Amino acid sequence: MSKIGIPRTLAYFIYFPFWKTFFEELNQEVIVSSPTTRDILDDGVREAVNDACIPIKLYHGHVAELASKVDYIFCPRLVSVRKHGDFGTETFCPKFLGLPDMVRLAMDNLPEIIDVRVDLKQGKDELLNVCYQVGDLLGKPEVEIKGAYQRALLIQKRFKKLLSQNMMPEEAIDILFANGERKSLLSRPDLQIAVIGYPYAIYDDYINGRILSLLEKENVKVYTQDMLSDKMMNRQARNLPKSMFWYFSNRAVYGALHFMQQKNIDGIIHITAFACGPDSIVDRLLEIESRRHGQIPYLSIAVDEHTGDAGVRTRVEAFLDMLRFRRDKS
Amino acid sequence: MKISFPHMGYSYLALKWLVENTGHECIVPPEPSSRTLDLGVRHAPEFACIPFKILMGTYLEVAEKGAEVILTSGGMGPCRAGLYWVMHQYILDELNTGVKVVAFEPPLCDLKDFIKKLRWVRKTGGLSVKEFVQAIRITWEKIKAIDEVEMLSHEIRPYETNRGETTRRLWQALEMLDAANNEAEIKDAMQEGLKLLQEVSQDHSRNPLKIGIIGEIYVVLEPAANHYIQIMLGEMGVQTDRSIYLTSYTRKNTIVNLEGDIFEVAKPYLGEAPIGGHGANSIGETILYARHGFDGVVQLAPFACIPEIVAKSIIPTVTKDYGIPVLTLFIDEQTGKAGVQTRLEAFVDLLEKRREVKAKRGIERLVI
Repeated sequence: MSKIGIPRTLAYFIYFPFWKTFFEELNQEVIVSSPTTRDILDDGVREAVNDACIPIKLYHGHVAELASKVDYIFCPRLVSVRKHGDFGTETFCPKFLGLPDMVRLAMDNLPEIIDVRVDLKQGKDELLNVCYQVGDLLGKPEVEIKGAYQRALLIQKRFKKLLSQNMMPEEAIDILFANGERKSLLSRPDLQIAVIGYPYAIYDDYINGRILSLLEKENVKVYTQDMLSDKMMNRQARNLPKSMFWYFSNRAVYGALHFMQQKNIDGIIHITAFACGPDSIVDRLLEIESRRHGQIPYLSIAVDEHTGDAGVRTRVEAFLDMLRFRRDKS
Repeated sequence: MKISFPHMGYSYLALKWLVENTGHECIVPPEPSSRTLDLGVRHAPEFACIPFKILMGTYLEVAEKGAEVILTSGGMGPCRAGLYWVMHQYILDELNTGVKVVAFEPPLCDLKDFIKKLRWVRKTGGLSVKEFVQAIRITWEKIKAIDEVEMLSHEIRPYETNRGETTRRLWQALEMLDAANNEAEIKDAMQEGLKLLQEVSQDHSRNPLKIGIIGEIYVVLEPAANHYIQIMLGEMGVQTDRSIYLTSYTRKNTIVNLEGDIFEVAKPYLGEAPIGGHGANSIGETILYARHGFDGVVQLAPFACIPEIVAKSIIPTVTKDYGIPVLTLFIDEQTGKAGVQTRLEAFVDLLEKRREVKAKRGIERLVI
């Protein structure tokens, strides 16, 4: 039995249930890095190239935390997960494409990296092929791999269903794997806000100044794009002159456009990382679209390694005050 | 129609000719200045890369001059340059400029759309298909000729005895090319220009350092964006070879084209290619320049350019394996010419010292 390390960042928040099930079905032990801490962030800043954005630095930090504890680091090269976009060439941010190489060449004393290429636009059995490659590396027979794959698909489906019931990923993961219980819902939310952004920016509580718990404390109901079905989101594609090139960006843009059309949403908060390439386009696009959609209030928060809770709190509180003022006036 | 386009190096001379000779009025984009950048920075998103900001400024400047349509390129990603036109259109609309951005997407992605847009340009100009094709052919010849004289100027500049002479003659040559109207005239103008450059008084006893210039296409091609880095290096007595020319892929005589597939060269270091822009190219080109005995490489990239950041994180390993020093310059609106110059001078000093040490070691070995 080997130990497989999965960093608790980037694609973790969306695909973790699949890979955890897959590895455990193959009798491997899955070790997840701890939630982000100051030490992880500092390690990441030290190891990664200084121009990288904070999520990439964090990834290096999480890998550093896992390095001494595991036999393998699971760092797949995410190329595409569907055929989408104007030319059917939707992919991930170039940093995702180069991630395994960046990590391998930047850091010393790493365990073996499982860097399978995930390019699902190739065909519908592609994910199974990827699983065969991973299983093969661990020396498992095909039958067993296929079984694990099917089980993993099932769990992933269940995970998506939980998300669509307005649950946050960590909560859903808890329910799936640790018999956690569903948190009680706010009985009468004061405001309803859509928090948009990449999963690794909105669900990583440390890096975004604990914005989700802050909103909860303020009696605000939070929606995110991951609670929407693909069908609901993809409908928005035709409202754009051209789709984004990046999977997570498309989700963020479609999700935001969807929420802008909902009457019950009071405002939109976009969480982005300092100097994020795709977000330089996404952020301005959403700002302009929110103006065009009947002046829906829009707050953009850029986080970096110096972001403090207090700064985020001040801005969010001001935003909420403004929303309440706006509601009371009308 | 009043048509304009992005300013990228000296290519505007050829594109201007194309627009004027397809029955349209050309609003020539001015060379990016500090005003261009100011305008761009004011209206562009904060984290957009410098090419986006410069183009934004250029578009606003040509809009002031009355441009109605801006022709530009699209892209299939994952570099964000393919989405520039979308954002530029959004912002131009917000500012009520009334300018329409028409983007040519890669013909391999959407041939129908590409042809449709070409036909639209042709029809509104009132040209026959034959005339239109001929105009495009001549434009292409012009771009090739411009690249040809520019390449030679970078070769000759480190040998010039009167500082600035090569650059002055390059301008003369470009002016002659600008005036040429058909294939024969372009050929004559090019020969004349090449001759002008060769006649620069030179000191061939020098043994200039050789530096390769790699990086993101816009900041590599637009001298106003990279603070005239090739001229600056040339006047420091360094011979430069640039990895990107608009006509690169048709050429057989540049280092980058000598060894076939650049992505294969980069493969040991980067398992995926392309990764958008010239990210994978930058890694491969560093290796090629090392193999061809260059003393160093300068990587130019806009601040926050995604593919070049990936390349930058990998290049130190290439440097270690191949022993080629690389200086990375990330350029943004805060970058000043003096800052670039200081860093280049320091880099060139290091390379010279390195050469001396290497030469000495060679002699010692001979003695033994």
